[in-house]
Amino acid sequence: MKNLALTLVALFTLAAASCGSKQEIKKTENTTLSGDIKIDGSSTVYPITEAIAEEYRNVESKVRVTVGVSGTGGGFKKFYRGETDINDASRPIKSKEIKICEENGISYVGLSVAYDGLAVLKNPANDWLTSITVEELNKLWVPQAQDSIMYWNQIRDGWPNEEIHLYGPGVASGTYDYFAEVICGKKVGTRGDYTASEDDNVLVQGIATDKYALGFFGLAYYEENKDKLDLVAVDNGTGSVFPSMETVSSGEYAPLSRPIFIYVSSKAAEKPEVVDFVDFYLNSAGDIAKEVGYVALPAEEYQVEIDKFNAFVKK
Amino acid sequence: MNRKKKEKIIELMLKLSGLITVLTTIGIIWVLFSESFSFFKEVSLVEFLTDDQWTPLFANKRFGIMPLISGTLLTTTIALSVALPLGLTIAVYLSEYAPNKVRDVLKPLLEILAAVPTVVYGFFALMVVTPFLKTIFPNISGFNALSAGLVMGIMIIPFVSSLSEDALRAVPKSLREASYGLGATRLQTSFRVMVPAASSGIVVSVILAFSRAIGETMIVAIAAGQQPRLTFDPFVPIETITAYIVQVSLGDVPHGSLEYKTIFAAGMTLFVFTFLLNNLSFWIRKKFREEYE
Repeated sequence: MKNLALTLVALFTLAAASCGSKQEIKKTENTTLSGDIKIDGSSTVYPITEAIAEEYRNVESKVRVTVGVSGTGGGFKKFYRGETDINDASRPIKSKEIKICEENGISYVGLSVAYDGLAVLKNPANDWLTSITVEELNKLWVPQAQDSIMYWNQIRDGWPNEEIHLYGPGVASGTYDYFAEVICGKKVGTRGDYTASEDDNVLVQGIATDKYALGFFGLAYYEENKDKLDLVAVDNGTGSVFPSMETVSSGEYAPLSRPIFIYVSSKAAEKPEVVDFVDFYLNSAGDIAKEVGYVALPAEEYQVEIDKFNAFVKK
Repeated sequence: MNRKKKEKIIELMLKLSGLITVLTTIGIIWVLFSESFSFFKEVSLVEFLTDDQWTPLFANKRFGIMPLISGTLLTTTIALSVALPLGLTIAVYLSEYAPNKVRDVLKPLLEILAAVPTVVYGFFALMVVTPFLKTIFPNISGFNALSAGLVMGIMIIPFVSSLSEDALRAVPKSLREASYGLGATRLQTSFRVMVPAASSGIVVSVILAFSRAIGETMIVAIAAGQQPRLTFDPFVPIETITAYIVQVSLGDVPHGSLEYKTIFAAGMTLFVFTFLLNNLSFWIRKKFREEYE
């Protein structure tokens, strides 16, 4: 019996000692953050968010940042149901989505993080097309073109009498909304007889293997597939312009360049790890944007966004 | 518990398990019918069957199922033109030429073809077969019916070869021996006596393979493209009924909308096709069965 009591005492002291050391470790851990940050949304914004999330893992290894790709609209659906902390968006939030957010009691802040250019692309074997005008894009993509503008020579005389194969993002994509609006007009939409995929790799694969293909998607995906596809210059009436860092940030490559956003919900902004991540995001977006093929905002513009976010957090 | 009661319970359990499959089928048919019914309240059946455009997700909404059907039939026809000659030749070899030992090894090996996951076939078509076809036909698109159809044909070879071989082996030995007795060669016996005698079984195997190919999804969704197009040109991107259903199910279409209901109308069309084919095969088996006993 005595022996047992002694052993018990010994065990307790051991346990207490180990508890003490554990607490000490915890104290040092408290200086770092932990938790989950759930991000979803546009496939166009994905590369920059994912790159920043990777960098962030090196700084705060205990914070798990997951980045999904559901398209801007699909992402907002999860965002207004409170399932995600941050939504990647390649367009500003729509009034319809704002209304549902209000109904669900979710307030948010939208921060622009970089510029993206929409690239018009062709197969490298295509030797007749170097530049296309906005009117020609309009003629080709409006809903009325469906089943009627089918051949290259219907767009411009001298182009081959071959069927044109069109590739572009599907209707759930913010890139689609953006292209449809600037090329075909507000609430018009586009023709439907083209290969539509939310997966940009499908589009790359399609255009890269089809001489008579023409397609569009975010400039960042072109940067990753430079060797497989060729850019087409776009002429808005003031001359042909190829998309590049310079022409996008100067606004010369119009109308196919645009700002991209992240939306942070107020509930997420209560979590210190989210606040820290968004600060990190805005401070590193300028450098990382260039790495992944986007165009950085001017430095003072990032300061404006940081101030905007800090004001939102204080509320 | 006495013996009678035990028997009763076992019988009930057997009945229940049979009933589950029947109820599931009824449930599926009911969902297909009711959802497509509300689709056809908004879109007329005539438009559905005659319009040559299928763009329900876009601004210029058109609801003609023909482009999807043409895509489906195109890939299926290509698949069958691979699977029918190859499958039948293999079946004849296995039943008429191959020694038993070879047959025992070959048949299970062949059936592995049917066990490969279809997503693997899909990427095989996209990454291996299409680039190869490109060296022969430089104008072929990256997504096309030909590559998907050829690979699908390889996938359904075991359907044709195994079932046809069973049919060939079911032909009474006396027929084969009579043919040899009359001085016919092996080749003559195989194709002039055995194949005609087993023809009903062979036709049934082909129809089953056809019906499998019509419903095949992953291969065509990955390799054939996503553009509904009324064409029989095997070199351009097309879309099959199944690939369309996948595309819409994965996308961002609001539940209950007309766009959402299109997948049930498309599924219904597919169901009608396979239903007719299965009944046709049943009818052929009954009607044209050669009785030798």
